[in-house]
Amino acid sequence: MKKISGLKCRECGRKYQAKAIYVCEFCFGPLEVDYNYEQIKAHISQEKIKTGPNSEWRYWDLLPVETKSVISLGEGFTPLLPARNLGKLLGLEKLYIKNDAVNPTYSFKDRVVSVAITRAVELGFDTIACASTGNLACSVAAYGAYAGIKAFVFIPIDLEKGKIIGTGIYQPNLIGVEGNYDQVNRLCSEIADSFPWAFVNINIRPYYAEGSKTLGFEVAEQLGWKAPDHVVIPLASGCLMTKIYKGLKEFNMLGLIGKVRTKFSGAQPEGCSPIVTAYKENSEIVKPIKPNTIAKSLAIGNPADGYYAWKTMKETGGFAETVNDEEIIEGIKLLAETEGIFTETAGGVTVGVLKKLAQTGRIKKDELTVAFITGNGLKTQEAVSEAVSRPKKIAPTLKAFTEEFPWIKR
Amino acid sequence: MTTSIKIPAPLRKLTGNQAVVETEAETLIDLISDLDKKYPGIKERIYDGKEIRRFINVFVNGEDVRFKDGIKTKITKGSEVSIVPAIAGG
Repeated sequence: MKKISGLKCRECGRKYQAKAIYVCEFCFGPLEVDYNYEQIKAHISQEKIKTGPNSEWRYWDLLPVETKSVISLGEGFTPLLPARNLGKLLGLEKLYIKNDAVNPTYSFKDRVVSVAITRAVELGFDTIACASTGNLACSVAAYGAYAGIKAFVFIPIDLEKGKIIGTGIYQPNLIGVEGNYDQVNRLCSEIADSFPWAFVNINIRPYYAEGSKTLGFEVAEQLGWKAPDHVVIPLASGCLMTKIYKGLKEFNMLGLIGKVRTKFSGAQPEGCSPIVTAYKENSEIVKPIKPNTIAKSLAIGNPADGYYAWKTMKETGGFAETVNDEEIIEGIKLLAETEGIFTETAGGVTVGVLKKLAQTGRIKKDELTVAFITGNGLKTQEAVSEAVSRPKKIAPTLKAFTEEFPWIKR
Repeated sequence: MTTSIKIPAPLRKLTGNQAVVETEAETLIDLISDLDKKYPGIKERIYDGKEIRRFINVFVNGEDVRFKDGIKTKITKGSEVSIVPAIAGG
């Protein structure tokens, strides 16, 4: 018996075959993978997971592929670090950082892409494609190269240099669209309708999105098989938060962890905060906006899963907050200076919001809190190039050194 | 001159598999009613009686109608209207 039983509309429950489709033909709701949980439950265990690979594929039983020959570059199972310095500064006694900046292409997107490409090949596709704000572009290009299949990557033309080079190096068909991400996304929806390609975040999206669950699985496992009390997650499409929540609930349902009482708090940049705005206005309508922020990886003005992220925050008693561009840079610096982790602008948003929530008492000091750092700072160097220490230029002599640092005792 | 409407794959069963159809309507709400006359059942799939459904985006010449006048958005002759599922990307 297969572990995938089919696809199911999240809104109206209509069932579909597990093919490359993503919306309900009737209500246009998102299709989600439906598993044969009874079968999975019969053989999954903490022990079995522990002996699995040191990658997200240790959770193979809960990922939507049937093959054991997965296309993997070793993504996932990234460090969960106790953030003692940052915690002390913010008055949080049990703060952890989930550092997903150290994946094969330096962002959490490798998790979803590994699942998507494995499924795409399993379904018989020979071309992979995506609409991306940058991190996904790097990942699709890399995994496409590794799998030996064609890749078409669509990005807004004005992305950070690190993301354009970090994609181009894998030699995909890279298309820079003159427009923002939402326009790239709309274009790709039309292209996906016209070409028989596996668009990871369009027609493969039900499978792709499931990869993000593994962040929830890992955190629970790394905490000694329990859910955290509070999480802070950056919001772009809202999919990541929705799936981390699903991951924790699945672990609970399968008896791998106890009750999930985790509060889910969301972080967006002030210049692109449609989901946070809906949260603050207590309105379930997420109104699209036109982004203007340095956090380009979060610059989705019309977020596909905005409604579900909104619902997750409301349902779990979490909060939603924004930070401006200066606070984003401050957040990047703060994480680097306290914990030795160099994150990209999205991480700056997360840390900035974490700080706000801690300072206003919305995160309690004894709550076991995990902040998700989803991307690497080397990709968005423009954002902090003015804010970093510069080399002190000296002649190659001891004298020159001691003159530059007269305060150092010998 | 007529306006062309791009129909997404999930709705093409209703349009006899046509990916592009034509209309002469002058506002979005009239366009939806006109479509429903030609292809019965399509209206309730994209319109909830008040607004465009949550999981659908409608673009007129590439601009989301939510940035325009919603269902009252004017459609000038020769425009291009796209109906696109909202659940994509990210």
